[in-house]
This record gives sequence, C-alpha cells and structure tokens, in this order.
Amino acid sequence: MTNIKMPALSPTMTSGTLAKWLVKEGDNIKSGDIIAEIETDKATMELESIDDGKVNKILFKEGEQNIEVGTVIAKIGDDDENDDEKISVLPSTNKDENLILTKNTITVREALRDAMAEEMRLDQNIFVMGEEVAEYQGAYKVTQGLLEEFGEKRVIDTPITEQGFAGLGVGAAFGGLKPIIEFMTFNFSMQAIDQIINSAAKTLYMSGGQMGCPIVFRGPNGAASRVAAQHSQCFASWYAHCPGLKVVSPWSASDAKGLLKSSIRDPNPVIFLENELLYGEKFEVNEIDDFVPIGKANILREGNDITIVAFSIMVGKALEAAETLSNENISCEVIDLRTIKPLDTDLIIKSIKKTNNLVVCEEGFPFAGISSEIISQVQELAFDWLDSPIKRVTGLDVPLPYAENLEKLALPQGKDIVEGVLSALNRIVKG
Amino acid sequence: MSKSKKIILSKPALRRKKPTKKIKKTSDINVLNNEFLIKLYKEMLLIRRFEEKAGQLYGMGSIGGFCHLYIGQEAVVVGMQSVSKEGDSVITSYRDHGHMLACGMDPKGVMAELTGREDGYSKGKGGSMHMFSKEKNFYGGHGIVGAQVPIGVGLAFSHKYKNDGFVCMTYLGDGAVNQGQVYESFNMSALWNLPVIFIIENNKYGMGTSVDRASAGSSLADRGKAYGIPGMEVDGMNIFSVREAGKEAIDFTRSGKGPFILEMKTYRYRGHSMSDPAKYRTRSEVDAVRQQKDCIENLKEVLQEQKVTDQELKNIDGEIKSLVTNASDFALESKLPDDNELLTDIYL
Repeated sequence: MTNIKMPALSPTMTSGTLAKWLVKEGDNIKSGDIIAEIETDKATMELESIDDGKVNKILFKEGEQNIEVGTVIAKIGDDDENDDEKISVLPSTNKDENLILTKNTITVREALRDAMAEEMRLDQNIFVMGEEVAEYQGAYKVTQGLLEEFGEKRVIDTPITEQGFAGLGVGAAFGGLKPIIEFMTFNFSMQAIDQIINSAAKTLYMSGGQMGCPIVFRGPNGAASRVAAQHSQCFASWYAHCPGLKVVSPWSASDAKGLLKSSIRDPNPVIFLENELLYGEKFEVNEIDDFVPIGKANILREGNDITIVAFSIMVGKALEAAETLSNENISCEVIDLRTIKPLDTDLIIKSIKKTNNLVVCEEGFPFAGISSEIISQVQELAFDWLDSPIKRVTGLDVPLPYAENLEKLALPQGKDIVEGVLSALNRIVKG
Repeated sequence: MSKSKKIILSKPALRRKKPTKKIKKTSDINVLNNEFLIKLYKEMLLIRRFEEKAGQLYGMGSIGGFCHLYIGQEAVVVGMQSVSKEGDSVITSYRDHGHMLACGMDPKGVMAELTGREDGYSKGKGGSMHMFSKEKNFYGGHGIVGAQVPIGVGLAFSHKYKNDGFVCMTYLGDGAVNQGQVYESFNMSALWNLPVIFIIENNKYGMGTSVDRASAGSSLADRGKAYGIPGMEVDGMNIFSVREAGKEAIDFTRSGKGPFILEMKTYRYRGHSMSDPAKYRTRSEVDAVRQQKDCIENLKEVLQEQKVTDQELKNIDGEIKSLVTNASDFALESKLPDDNELLTDIYL
C-alpha cells in the first residue's frame, strides 16, 4: 500500500485544497499518471501518482479545503493496512471552524485584489502591470480575476524587464494614467530602483511641482519561506530613506485593502510592501474602514508597561508576545505602524508618555533600519519620558540563510520580542 | 514589419564634402515657402545663440553644476519638432536646452532655470538637466543616461491607452544606446505596438568615448532589428533630411504600426559638459564639421538662394540676439528662490 499525501507545491504552502479527483476508487493507475488537481496558495497544480496499482481509497472529497501538507489523501495498492490515519489528520472541529472563519473574514490576498478591483471600477485610468499579473492570475494570485473583469488593456503581463516596466509606469503616470506596478517580489525592484527613486520620487520636486507621479509599486516584501538571501529582504528602510516616496506596509487584511485603496488614490508614488506569508492569512474585515489613511498607525492592544512598535508580519509576532507577557503581568501596548513613511511619530510618542518603555520590531536588517529611525526620533522628542534604553528586535545582519534552522535564527521571532521586553524592563530572561 | 528597414539618406556627417548640393536635392525645400524656412532658421539660430549665452553665463559663474550644450546639433530637434504635431509628447536626456526651445518653451524661463532662479521652469530646483513643461508636453530633462527611454515608452503607452492619436518623441544619445533599459524599452514598445519614435542623436562621442570605442556593430539604426523595429540613418546636420526621415517615421508610428528608430548623425561642437577639455578629438575635426556641415550656415545659404536678402538675415540675427539678451537679463534679474521653497513640491 502506498500513501498519496498532500504535497508541498510552493515554499509557503502549508495546506491545499483538493480541487478535483481525476481517478476514482478501483481505477488502475501507473506511476506518473495525473490523479488529482490540487489548489495551492499560488496556483492549481496537477498531482501525479508516485506508484503503480489500484486506487484503493480516496480519503478526501473534491472541494475539501485546508488539507495540511503531508496528510494522506489517497491509498494505492492492496488493502493490507488499517487506515486510521485519516481520523488522525482530520479533526472533527476543523470543518466547523472554517465555516465560521469564512463567514466574516477575508484573506490579505483577497483584500488586495478587492482594493484594486474596486478602484479600477471607478477610474478608467488605473491599470495593473507586471510579470504574470494577467493570464497566470498573479504569481501569488493577488491579481486573480482582474484580467477577466478588466481585460487585457488594463491588466497587462510584462516581459521580465523590471527597469523597463517601472520606467514605463512612471512615464504613463506623467502622461495622466494611474499605474499599479506589481513586482513579483520587491527583491526584483532592485533592478528598477533608479526609475523608482530618480524618476518617480524626485521629478515633482525637480519640476517645481509640475510633474506629479501617481503610481503604486506593490508586491511581496521581506522573507518568505526558505527562498534564501536573494529572495528574502525587507526594503522598508531603502525606500523610506528617499524623499518623494510614501511607504506603506500593512499587516491585516482590512488595512491591506484600505491602505491599497488610499495608495491608488494618492497623487504621489507609493511603495506598497506586502508580505507573502500573510497573503493567505484570514482577518475580519471591518466594512466601515473602507479607506485607511496613509500615515496613521494603529494601537492594536492597549497596555501600560511598555510599547511594542511593529509593522507587517512582525505585528502578529508582537501580539503573540504581548499575550505571552500578559501571563507575567506585563501589560504591553502594541502599535501597528501600517505606514512607514510618513511615520506616525505622534502616536508612538503619545504611547511612550504612557508606558515609558519601548521595543521596536522589524524583520529587516538592523543597520540603518526603520527601528533605528524610530529610536532616533523618540530620543529627540521624548527622552525625558523614557525609563529604560529602547530595545530593538530585528533580523540579524546577515544574508538570509537557506537552512531551516539558520533561517529561523536569522529572523526575529515572538520569543525575541518577549526577551526584548523583559530586557527593557530589566526583568530576568527565563530559560 | 519583421524586417528592419534601413534607408541611408546620406553618408555619415564627416565624410560629406558638399552638403549644400545634397540639401537642394531633397523634396522638402521646393514646397516650403520662405516664411517657413525662415521659421526653421530662426529656431535653430535661437538655440545656437541661447547656448552660446549659456556658455558665457557658466563662465561667469551665473550657471552652476552640469551644463551640456547642444551647439552643432540644432537641425535634429528643430527638424523633428517641425514635423511633429501639437500634443505629441517629447522627452530627452540632459542635453536638453535645445529641445525645450524647440518645444516652444520660453527662453526666459529656461535661462532662469539655468541660473537657478524662482522664475525658472522648475522654480530653480531642477537646473539645466531637469526641466519640464506640462503645458508644452515636454517631459524632461533627465539626468541619468538612458532613463528617459522607458519613461518615453510609458508616455507612448498613455497615448495608446487614451487613444489620443499622439506619439512620443523620445530622444537619446549614442551613449545611451548601450544601456540595458533601452532594449527593455525597444522590446516592450514593439511588443505592444506603442507610438514612440526613438531619435538617437549620434554626436559621435558619449562623453569622451567615441562611438567606435563604445558600440559594437556598424549602425545604431539597426539596434532595433531584433525587435522588428525599423531603423533609418539620417544626416542629422541637414534639416531637410531630418524632416524627411522624421515625417516617414511619424507617419509610420502614428498610423499604428509601432515604434521607429532614427539615428541622427550629428556632431556637437562643444565639450560633453562645460568642464570637458575635449582631448579625445582634434580641433581640426571640429573645424571641419563647422565649416562643411554646419546646419545653420547651410540653411542660411539656402535662404540666400531663395532670395532672402542680407538685410533680412541681419534683421533675423538682431531679433534672435535680443531674444537671448532679454532671456539672459531676465534670468540674472530674477530672484533666487525663496527659502520657503526648500520644502515644497516633495509631495502633492
């Protein structure tokens, strides 16, 4: 008996949907035959059999969602073993939980797509351009369905030519259009950085205010999952460094939607930093907050002892850390920056005046990072309000390694935030 | 459109001996009335005198930073702009003063920008290399070699998107043709049939490096061949050749057939920038072009043959000279930008 398991079909895939069975129980199949279609976080993929034999059992129905990677989905060969594995991998509560979640929630991926679609319906001058955004439906499925709704004039697949299409976008913006330029990941924006900074960011100033550039550069930023150094880097401080750019980096789905809509409407060039690991995360969407203003941070958890500032994926880790610390009677205030530039310094200072302690988190490298900037501003503006030196929790100053253990060591984790808080508050770090 | 088209209207600039005879052969001249010829002459002369004045002001310290003069190349932009239509967008690199004047921008505003004053087109914040006029569809003025090319393709994209019937005139130098983004631009413009004319102003030197030492292959007009973009070598010192080629290219592009490359064989008399000692070429090389090929002198001869009197020519000289003097006076009298301007125009 051979077990067919839910395969990992992308670096970030943790579970998949059984889109379609192409065989049925009792069929005789050969190794290499396509037996099913699996929908991943990125695409729908065909699954090949790894063995010859009769399809003995099919353990999941078509349409079943969230089947964890490694779960046995079918058995091939003689029925010589018991098959209680199915029970162990499919907790009875799982399905119900999903039902509740899907009712009032939305993934970050869907939120981003909805933001683009809603704005595109209102303004004919908005178009989306990038690698695989149209027919492929987006390398990370963020632009799924846009081609179908808006057609090839407004949803445009480009060649692999980042500097070229970034510059084209800038020219189109000068020419009166409102481009949304997707980088498959922001790592590839390094190919285009001259156009982003020298052409998009500076021309308004150099033209004495004549040449606005209403453009959004968006895509996943930061580390994904074991894609190693060239594909794992946070660009927040790179772009925030440059006058003329706004830099936005949301965590939740509703902020992703509200901020992307604001970014599209903004008359300035906006760098919109998403996170691949968050695309599939589900969040409750507050219908009222359809637009989230650029430049406004958000207090996600109120507290009195210490302020934790974070953005993007670090927000989730900060909230976990705050929960852990509450067990030790430490009350953390967690601020989600949402926008990196312009920075909501006022909210940070206000919080520090209450808590008198600060930990700043970012996934990126420590040297000249966003945390350095926040620490600098806070000591200038609220030095007398601080009871302890400010701590930062960042990625290590090292190209991101591939090996699973090393990658985890290089990236800041929730426990690092816990330790940062304890250290700031001069508590003993346990174990 | 799969084959690159190469029409050589004339041999490269320096080998031509009798340019005036060639000028007479072109068809354009017989249908143009004197009034129009004088207009072209005035536009070229304005650029020449303007640039000479800019050179003087630079020497006096009134213009700072980098300053790249267009002297010698006037026929290219005046010829091309004379066959384009109002609404077509224009973009170029940092040797841009001539393009702005040819687009109809006010010499006063251009000169005041060169002197870094509040009445400059960019309020004194852009300088020689970064000037724009949305009103005249002039999109800069870009300081990074080759960076204007994808932006020009983006302007062409917007013309096609809006279906407004306009084309983008994207000027670049012979130095820029070796930048990777130029080929990214060729590819996308051909792939999507965008209305863009790439006008390569081959003035023989990218800064101090001659084309022969920088560019493989014999013709820059052929650089679009792999993308199916037709290319043409043009005598860029002859305004009638420029106009003829420009018309053909613009007709092609405006009719929806996609991009076109024109390699304008031209020459700059001055250094790359004001601080260029120009040791990479001989004085006699420059003099030879000036004497035999000068676009303004040659058009002047044509005007004389067309019975424009010496007195009329003298009056034109005076008129242009006073335009430039006024621009210079204006630029020197205009105030420095207010300190408060420092932090404006960063965001809208």
